[in-house]
Amino acid sequence: MKLTLKVNGEGRSVDVDPRTPLLWVLRDELELKGTKFGCGMSLCGACTVHVDGAPTRACVTPVSAVAERAITTIEGIGATPMGSKVQAAWLDVDVVQCGYCQAGQVMSAAALLSRNATPTDADIDTAMAGNLCRCGTYTRIRAAIKRAAGLPATDTREG
Amino acid sequence: MGANVVPDVATKSGVSRRAFLRASALVGGGLLLEFHAPNLRAAASAAGATLNAYISVAPDGIVTIAAKNPEIGQGVKTMLPMLIAEEFDVDWKSVRIEQALADGAKYAPQFAGGSTAAPLNWEPLRRVGAAAREMMLRAAAADWGVPASELRTAAGAVVHVPSGRKLGYGELGAAAAKIAPPDPAAVRLKDPKDFTIIGRSVPGVDSPLVVQGKPLFGIDVTVPGMKYAVYAKCPVFGGTVVNANVDALKSLPGVHDAFILRGDATVAGSTGSLDRLVDGVAIVADTWWLAEQAREQLEVEWDEGDAVHDSDARFAAEAARLRDETPAAYIVKNGDVDAALASATQVLEADYQYPFLAHATLEPQNCTASYAGGKLEIWAPTQNPESNRTVISRTLGIAPQDITIHLTRCGGGFGRRGASDYAVEAAAIAKHAGVPVKLVWNRADDIQHDFYRPAGFHHFKAGLDRSGAVVAFRDHFVTPGSGDGPASSAYAGPDEFPSRFVANLEFAASFIPSGVPTGPLRAPESNGLAFAFQSFVDELAHAAGRDPLQYRLDLLGEPRVLDSTDDRYGPQPDFDTGRMRGVLELVREKSGWQSRQKLPAGTGMGTAFYYSHMGYFAEVVQATVAADGSLKVDKVWIAADVGSHIINPTGAENQVQGAALDGIGQALTRINIENGRAVQSNFHDFPLLRINQAPPVEVHFRRTDNPPTGLGEPALPPVIPALCNAIYAACGNRVRRLPIEPQTLARA
Repeated sequence: MKLTLKVNGEGRSVDVDPRTPLLWVLRDELELKGTKFGCGMSLCGACTVHVDGAPTRACVTPVSAVAERAITTIEGIGATPMGSKVQAAWLDVDVVQCGYCQAGQVMSAAALLSRNATPTDADIDTAMAGNLCRCGTYTRIRAAIKRAAGLPATDTREG
Repeated sequence: MGANVVPDVATKSGVSRRAFLRASALVGGGLLLEFHAPNLRAAASAAGATLNAYISVAPDGIVTIAAKNPEIGQGVKTMLPMLIAEEFDVDWKSVRIEQALADGAKYAPQFAGGSTAAPLNWEPLRRVGAAAREMMLRAAAADWGVPASELRTAAGAVVHVPSGRKLGYGELGAAAAKIAPPDPAAVRLKDPKDFTIIGRSVPGVDSPLVVQGKPLFGIDVTVPGMKYAVYAKCPVFGGTVVNANVDALKSLPGVHDAFILRGDATVAGSTGSLDRLVDGVAIVADTWWLAEQAREQLEVEWDEGDAVHDSDARFAAEAARLRDETPAAYIVKNGDVDAALASATQVLEADYQYPFLAHATLEPQNCTASYAGGKLEIWAPTQNPESNRTVISRTLGIAPQDITIHLTRCGGGFGRRGASDYAVEAAAIAKHAGVPVKLVWNRADDIQHDFYRPAGFHHFKAGLDRSGAVVAFRDHFVTPGSGDGPASSAYAGPDEFPSRFVANLEFAASFIPSGVPTGPLRAPESNGLAFAFQSFVDELAHAAGRDPLQYRLDLLGEPRVLDSTDDRYGPQPDFDTGRMRGVLELVREKSGWQSRQKLPAGTGMGTAFYYSHMGYFAEVVQATVAADGSLKVDKVWIAADVGSHIINPTGAENQVQGAALDGIGQALTRINIENGRAVQSNFHDFPLLRINQAPPVEVHFRRTDNPPTGLGEPALPPVIPALCNAIYAACGNRVRRLPIEPQTLARA
């Protein structure tokens, strides 16, 4: 089935089975490898993209469901003011270990900060709990989100 | 890949000035460190003047440094080139990093495992940089016709001190490259007080690309004409294919080919080894998704083999039976444990156990392979490229020198990518299909075809005298293995604390035959043993009515150096009780341990220490257990002694924090074995730690005058018993079986 997708502001034509998950269309048809495969069941968040600004797991989203909608991937998020701020904070805090989950983390963090400019630690927990980091960089992910938001780095969970 | 690290005997008093370390992988994942000199032969490079196998300089002064080891998230692609850049004496801003190809002749030891990158490379790679700096000095001396003694270097330039003349490395490169490399053992190294890069926080060199989603990982590789493959294996470990409907699969949409591959059954002890090809069905398609869809139509008749009888229930029953029988082997036997127990004031007895665990790297196993004209090229997210080469060569009959291995960034390793199963699968599929192929496992493949951290059972018995001192200690360890020996990473050594600190002490082992593949998971052996031993030591402290941290200090005694009694992989490093005391005292101070009695009801602190991978770690965990048993880990404090220098402080702190969170995650999850297969298949039933469960982790390094050692692993083991000991302090429930099951912590 022929579809036209709007990816990072560009129209992209693909010819795929409409049930194909968006993840594999991005990765293997459009050569956008930044969105990662981790679980295939919406359990790890490595494949997080934005669909009309909302964080969405591309591994369980049939491509036919997102035709006509604005898809933003990690390759395009830096073009948004919030996305570039989050990327910069990630580098300032030196979050990355292996880096495999970080595209999804950045996408979830950018979505969080777009709807909540001053998240609490509890807000961060809620928004980011769907994104696994196997290396355990959570301390720095939390710090980087606060830095991007211009909040103090203090962990308010400490009594 | 993890392994206990074993310096050569000659390093016992520290790393010799004139000698170098080399590691060679031993059977069973062990590593032997030997002396070697870095290879300084130059290689052709487009980047400019090539000074040696690691360094080239472009005319504009940009220095390209080869990163030799696989990057799995441990930060070596940044840290190892820092060592070279420091002694070459360049500004880090002028440095570009390139991942080296797998080349044992040029870059050995070239692997990721055992927290060995720092201890193995600390001196050799600094000498690589210093030798190249020497070539720059000689080139400038010749150019100016002045003695080299009048020259110094600074930030990528040679300066003639008397005249103030200056030549950049870019200008000198061509002449320097023609100079014979000096003997690396003879070059002078910087006084550490002059370091400008070592000890400074340098962010990960790939991180700007990571946050933009650039294709860095194995799974991102694209090769012209490439197809995608899946490989279905028997769910029962060691099972083989009888038949499969491959002809029917070939007519499915997008399917290019489907075929049965026969495993290599000639590898000795093959049931538990993943360093071989195992039977399976390959499906090659135009996209990975189409291959995966075709797999849903796959029908296979399997011969499930002998492992089908393996189960947690069988292992537990065997462990219960063996526990009270004469052990199969004694690991250490000192004094008279029975007599000491008979005369003890108190005798404690406890059973501890821990489960199998999967690695679950977030990037599933994958590899891309291209075979043509008898030559193979692979792009591998691997921790152990030379093992990939050996296994592929042996299995497919391709000469080792006809295999080119590109090292990609790895989406996690934790030991998993030390095995070569996924690499030999990709190579075999590409060779058979006649097209370049990218093999990608799905998550169930990854969790159900792992080699696992082996489950273990410990039966402890100890005696205390009137003062609470330990007068007798016994462990009967029941572990997967064959008749007379343990499976991979299922061992306990004779140096396990409190061995050497209790006169009457006995460690024995018995083995449960098993077809479940086992092997190193981050801090192998230690990740289970630390839980069992440091929890039981905590029981002894409480039975003695003592402060558990002070009790450990008293057990360690006066600062002194004890010889290792473990010769499994050759001589092991000595154990310095002073270094362990140092970190215990530091974590006591930083955590506020002395004020722990003021914590609210339901909240407690626990401590543990552990020595592994030559690192000394003491940790305190604060945890809160609610009346319904729900567990919150409030905070972790870590004190570490890994020697005189923290090479890259930002990376070091990140590793230690990650290891602590990894350990907490390990304590909360498990793999179950039923009917010879792993029950769990994805993150719903094999949960990993999430951000809302991750406590703050405070890290303190204690610098001591010892050669720097590694950080990937040694922070992990003590966090698990420290957490369990905190749970005991919080609610009075002693965790003797992992994973921690919060519902069992509920108070009536």
